[in-house]
Amino acid sequence: MLIVDRMLPKCDGLAVIQSLRTEDVRTPALILSALGEVDDRVKGLRAGGDDYLTKPYAFSELLARIEALARRTSPEEGSTRLAVGDLVLDRLSHKVTRAGEAIMLQPREFRLLEYLMKHAGQVVTRTMLLENVWDYHFDPQTNVIDVHISRLRSKIDKNFGNPLLHTVRGAGYTIRDSAH
Amino acid sequence: MTALTKLFRTTTFRLSLTYLALFSAAAIVAIVYIYWNTTVLLSRQLNQTIDAELKGLAEQYRAGGLDQLVRIVAERSGTPGNSLYLVADSEGRRLAGNLSAVSPELWNSLGPVEFVYQRPATGGVEKRLAFANVFRLASGYRLIVGRDIEDRRELARMVRSAMLWGLGVMALFGIGGGYWVSRKLLARIDALAETTRTIMDGDLTGRLPVTGSGDELDRLSESLNLMLARIEQLMAGLREVSDNIAHDLKTPLNRLRNRVEQALREPYGEAAYREVLERTIEEADGLIKTFNALLSIARIEAGAGGENREKLDVSALLRDVAELYEPVAEERGIELRAETDAPIFVRADRQLLGQAIANLIDNALKYGAPERSSGNGSRPEVEVSAHAKGPIAEIVVTDRGPGVPVPDRERVLDRFVRLEASRSEPGSGLGLSLVAAVARLHGGILRLEDNEPGLRVVLALPVEGEALLNGAAAHMATGAEIRPA
Repeated sequence: MLIVDRMLPKCDGLAVIQSLRTEDVRTPALILSALGEVDDRVKGLRAGGDDYLTKPYAFSELLARIEALARRTSPEEGSTRLAVGDLVLDRLSHKVTRAGEAIMLQPREFRLLEYLMKHAGQVVTRTMLLENVWDYHFDPQTNVIDVHISRLRSKIDKNFGNPLLHTVRGAGYTIRDSAH
Repeated sequence: MTALTKLFRTTTFRLSLTYLALFSAAAIVAIVYIYWNTTVLLSRQLNQTIDAELKGLAEQYRAGGLDQLVRIVAERSGTPGNSLYLVADSEGRRLAGNLSAVSPELWNSLGPVEFVYQRPATGGVEKRLAFANVFRLASGYRLIVGRDIEDRRELARMVRSAMLWGLGVMALFGIGGGYWVSRKLLARIDALAETTRTIMDGDLTGRLPVTGSGDELDRLSESLNLMLARIEQLMAGLREVSDNIAHDLKTPLNRLRNRVEQALREPYGEAAYREVLERTIEEADGLIKTFNALLSIARIEAGAGGENREKLDVSALLRDVAELYEPVAEERGIELRAETDAPIFVRADRQLLGQAIANLIDNALKYGAPERSSGNGSRPEVEVSAHAKGPIAEIVVTDRGPGVPVPDRERVLDRFVRLEASRSEPGSGLGLSLVAAVARLHGGILRLEDNEPGLRVVLALPVEGEALLNGAAAHMATGAEIRPA
């Protein structure tokens, strides 16, 4: 796991990542930079960075992203079936069940749950959700994500005793089986 | 730097000196040329006169012999004037004439020659310049006819001294005039510099002096004064914005501080402390959001995001963002409808335009609910739509809220401006400022209209490949029809 600053004393951190990538080093890289324009972000990701975080950042945001990147290399990435507790998501048939009971989700809700379950046990921030589920790199004024989450929560948790989707105050959300 | 060296360094003074040097050189060339030509002309005339006289005397000699020549020469020598004569034998002895001794140089010359001769004058002899020609008679006798040209030498001396005097006077006037003009100009420049310094010291109301003569310095001062007026206006705007920032950020900071202070004072348990800390983080996040919005507006206004523009379908983006807000609308009991036509393509930065649309929908959901008293039982609605009107793509967001009174429609686009009616809702007062900035960046405009009742916000952008709309802003504001440019 690499955390690279863009403005290094002698060169651009992007050059470092680029040369590592040409050497076929696949270590996940998180770019940290005060250059926060969308253009800079695009440039960073094109150069081979796996994520881009603009300074100044919240510590929880950095932790969540590092965790997400570290997990990305795990074998679960390619699996077609994600499970947390008795909640199961099938990425091929787009079906979700909880304790064997089918749950109807809209496409966006499915992608939201998919992203959360891919990072099960980790904290996922609102910004990460907005970027990865909606591909928006801006700050909506209202916390729209919260509303989407509460809607999703009412579908997957409401009628079941053991809640899986948890709010981490000040940071974001996490999906985990707390019965364990 | 002393006043004098300062003066010598002025452009005017240096220019005067340069011109002085050029004029002096030209004058010297002209005078020398005239003098030279005059001398040549006079010499030629003198030469011809002497030649004619020599010929005449030669005629006499041929007709009447030496005796007649001596008689005529003696006669002519007697008359006063500047004519010089000499008739001499082969030994150089004078037979007649008013020239005494003759130098061998003259004696042996074959053409006209200049020479110096001596003439009795008051208190001795004086040396004078003369010009003469020699005619050889039979048996070594010589006839010399010449003219005294000492006066011409005198003239040359006079011309020379006149030239020197003239140059001296010219230099005096040149330097004096240059000094005078430079000092006048320097005084005005010093006045300008003085005013500029007071303005730099912070007095933005200062203006450069204008004499009213309409000269180039006046025109420069007028332009600079216009610039200063603009700067003053911009600074006032900037001050207002920073005052607003200070005010709007102080309130949440105070709230945050007071909450923490209260938590410290009360003997709370761990859970309560956690609660306070979490709320503190939320409050801080809100502040960071406000700062981010401010920075975004500043960046957009500085023209950032220009390189990331792509051809995109406004209708699709509008549906996409509306979908993001749909649960929020439902939670608030508002019906959010997206009415979009066929794809409309514009060149835009997806993130910026997305944020602009998000802000408009966000506003409509926050402030768009009708007042309780006017509720007629039906669900409040917010409608977003996209239409293509010739070269213009219009994104329209309408609500049934209290709307914005006409006098406030310009003002609400400014940073931190929030209408009294909206104070109860959380918000930074930056949403519409950002939308307006995004519109400007993309060559479009933002206008607020009456939805009767409610607010109708129109974000107009040029359709892909069409000219920018900014130039047509005046027409758009009045709702007049726009023709393609």
